[in-house]
Parts: sequence; C-alpha cells; structure tokens
Amino acid sequence: MDIAREAVQSDALLVCNIGIPCKELCSVCDTPNNFYMLGSMGLASSIGLGLALSLPGRKVIAIDGDGSVLMNMGSLATIAAQAPKNYLLVIVDNGSYGSTGSQPTATAKGTDLAQVARGAGNRAVCETDNSEELRRILESTDHGIVVVRADPGNADVPNIGMCPEDILRRFMGVSFPPSRSV
Amino acid sequence: MVKGFMFEQDRLTPSEAVYRGMKDAGIDFIVSVPCINLSGLILLADRDPSVTHVPVTREEEGVGVCAGAYMGGRKPAMLMQNSGLGNSINALASLNLLYGIPLLMIMSHRGVEGEPICAQVPMGQLTPALLDTLGIPYFLPDSKADAVKKIHAAWKTAAEGETPSAVLLPISFWR
Repeated sequence: MDIAREAVQSDALLVCNIGIPCKELCSVCDTPNNFYMLGSMGLASSIGLGLALSLPGRKVIAIDGDGSVLMNMGSLATIAAQAPKNYLLVIVDNGSYGSTGSQPTATAKGTDLAQVARGAGNRAVCETDNSEELRRILESTDHGIVVVRADPGNADVPNIGMCPEDILRRFMGVSFPPSRSV
Repeated sequence: MVKGFMFEQDRLTPSEAVYRGMKDAGIDFIVSVPCINLSGLILLADRDPSVTHVPVTREEEGVGVCAGAYMGGRKPAMLMQNSGLGNSINALASLNLLYGIPLLMIMSHRGVEGEPICAQVPMGQLTPALLDTLGIPYFLPDSKADAVKKIHAAWKTAAEGETPSAVLLPISFWR
C-alpha cells in the first residue's frame, strides 16, 4: 500500500473508496487520518475535493476506483475547474467492480480514465502500472490525478470494526480538531 | 425597532434575503447547480470573497463536496433545484444520515403553482414527501423576512441534529 505509506509520511488526510479498498487500507495501515467511506459509491473524489478546498494548507489524498469514478465522472471536471494544489486523486483502475464479484467495468473495454481526466481539463495527470513508478510519482507529486492500472483481485481482509459515527469523529479529530472550532 | 427590521428586509430582493439568512447562519462554503430562480443567489455567492463557491455538475456530487467541506471545518450549503433531491438520495442517506453530517439545502421548488414546465411537476409534487420519507426537516418561508429567519433556523437544525435540512422556496417566493 504505497499510497498509504506516502499519506502517513506526508501527514496527509486520506479518503478511501467504498468496499474492499477501505477494508484493505484499514487492515494494512489504519490511522485517524483515514476516512473510510462506507456508502455513497462514487463520492470519494468529491469528499476529497471538499476537504482539500477547505484546508488549503493540508495535503489531501483520495483513493478511488474505476467503477466509482465512472459513476461520478462529472467530478473530474469539477476537480479541473477548481484545481486545488493540495489534492491528489489516485484512481486504482483494475477494470472491475471488485467488491461485487469482479464484473468488468468500461475501462476493461477501452475507456481510458487518464484521457477522460485530461479531457475534463485536468493538467497534472499521470498513469502507471508498476509499484516503483507509483512510489516515484507519489514522492514527487502533491496534486493532480494518478491512474494506477492494476490486476483485479482482493485481499482477504476483515470488515472495518468501527461504526460510521466513530469513523467520522476520529477523522474530524484530525481534520478539524476541537482547538480550531469557534 | 420591529418596523425598522421589516422595512430593511423589504428593500432586499428575494435572492439578497436568502443570502442574508445564509450569512447570518455562518455559511462559508457553497456548492451550486443552477436553476433560473437561483441566478441572483449564485452570483452573490460567486462574488463573495469570504465564501468558497464550488459549482458542481450534479447535486449528488455536491453532497460529497459539502461533506468533505464539513469535515474540513466549514459550514456548507447547496443551492439547488428540488429536482436535484432526486439525484442525491443515496448520497444523503448513506453519507449524511449514516455518519451524521449536516448540510443546508436551499431549494428552488419548481413544479408547484405557477410552474410553466410540465416536466417539473412530478418532482415538484414528490419533493416534500421524499424529504419526509428521508426524515430530513424542511422549512417553508412565506416572505423575505421569514426566509432570513428560517434559513438561519434550518442551519441550526442541521448542525445540532447532525443531519441535512432543507429550505423550500417556491416560484411565488422569487417574484
């Protein structure tokens, strides 16, 4: 989980996509900096954008999937229009709906999300299909969109043990700590 | 004192009255999807340097952006047409209601009396019932002065209840 490692090293806030990605992240690298999105499929990239625009001094990373991004493609246009300098959207594209039985998505049939992101107006878009390049990209890039092509397949990981209210309260303890509230 | 207050609200346009209510409530992050009746309001949001205004492509997307803004310490509102409620229901239920995230929805309520476009009528009629089914409290101002008060109350309800809330502004309000 190179993305998780980079997030921890840069003390970034991390928004994670519904389903297996959340469970994998929680099992490998659970920290209060992680927001696990349990429902609202498609909105990880939007939640990340709202966070980034609200906290311009803070690095925000969203981990999203191809199926989810396809569900909320307008988000790529909004991200381009706002172009925050502190927001990195990482799209893990394995060409499948991994959490519902690995049905193929449109990216398995030719849709190129990096091109879609560029066409939507995003300037800082890159793509990779290997871990070493991903690590290099994450170390040198603090904003934009990265499409990571991966093979389908899920790790065998347990469910997240926290309830939604606790996930939010713990996360907001970091994103908007009480000392900052008015 | 009361007379002076009422006179002041009378001088505001409907859009200005709504914006006054939003500012009184402390709203500092606004997401929008246009409706013709929201044109003035969207301009006010866009020109206000003390507010972050993010036009979005779809109301569902806006629910996500506002949730992120709330987590970042902001007080978010969405300017939307009531039809957009239909585009947002899963997000409102599985994000806002599930986690307890406030959101103020300022809705231009179409499809009610005075509506010239027939396609607006089904959602116009369904909107109050959908809000009831979701358990989302909503407010129905009957004047500009009432809008200022009810918008502030709607945000307070949302924030304290950790829930979305809505203010419905029908065609007659904007005339």
